[in-house]
Amino acid sequence: MKKLTLMLMLLLNFATVFAQQNGPVEMADALRSSGKIYVVVCTIVIVFLGLAIYLFSIDRRLKKIEKDQ
Amino acid sequence: MKFIYQTWWKVITVIVIVYTLIAGLLLGVPTMPILHETIRNTYFHVPMWMAMFTVFTISVYYSIKYLQTGKEEYDLIAVESANTGLFFFVIGLITGMLWARYTWGAFWSNDPKQNSAAIAFLLYCAYSVLRNSIDEEQKRAKISAIYNIFAFPIMIVLIMVLPRMTDSLHPGNGGNPAFGKLDMDNRMRIVLYPAFIAWSAMGVWIASVRYRIRLIEYKKNQIN
Repeated sequence: MKKLTLMLMLLLNFATVFAQQNGPVEMADALRSSGKIYVVVCTIVIVFLGLAIYLFSIDRRLKKIEKDQ
Repeated sequence: MKFIYQTWWKVITVIVIVYTLIAGLLLGVPTMPILHETIRNTYFHVPMWMAMFTVFTISVYYSIKYLQTGKEEYDLIAVESANTGLFFFVIGLITGMLWARYTWGAFWSNDPKQNSAAIAFLLYCAYSVLRNSIDEEQKRAKISAIYNIFAFPIMIVLIMVLPRMTDSLHPGNGGNPAFGKLDMDNRMRIVLYPAFIAWSAMGVWIASVRYRIRLIEYKKNQIN
């Protein structure tokens, strides 16, 4: 009986340790997968807006040259 | 033609594309096997081809008008539209290859859609080679306009018709789903259709800037 309780205690001990490991621990993966898509969206939008502004500036310079002619 | 010198539609184009970038990445999409999140590629890959079709259509339209009137400006519009179309063609091919790597397993799997797109690409490369190989201006304009009129329907058949008649892996071809009722819901439509129109307008914008530059070059080279 003593041996059995000891074994059960040890088992439960292990179970608690195990539970701690698999508990809702904040992992880096979770942050990477859910929260940071907005960073990517912002990056893409900035890149595109930059290109658009560049195209607008080319357009304006072209207008000036066309007026000079 | 006056509208290419105006700004309002360019601003709208940029705003709509920014909307499709944000909504295309954040809005919900149907869950599908194999595709997963790459279903969002529809918002960015397919509009490249739409932009290409738009500028190629403008190109062939002005090639016909050039043959009717002989006005040099029309030839310049045709060639710069075709050049812009080639740019969107390359972007469309590269994005398609990247997507194919992660859904079909290889960048190039000799799929009918891929092969016929490559042939159509060479067809338009030949247009540009043909143009640059003729020195005499009017002859060059006339021959390349005629070539363009022949190349356009062949390109349409190669990209849109032939892959649909064989078993291509590409969505929308060979019985595979694409824009059908079952696999495209309204969440996708409110992003995809504005993207088609806005990227087409973007193509027209770039082509018009290139045309205006070429027009200045042309006037400079003229002997008065």
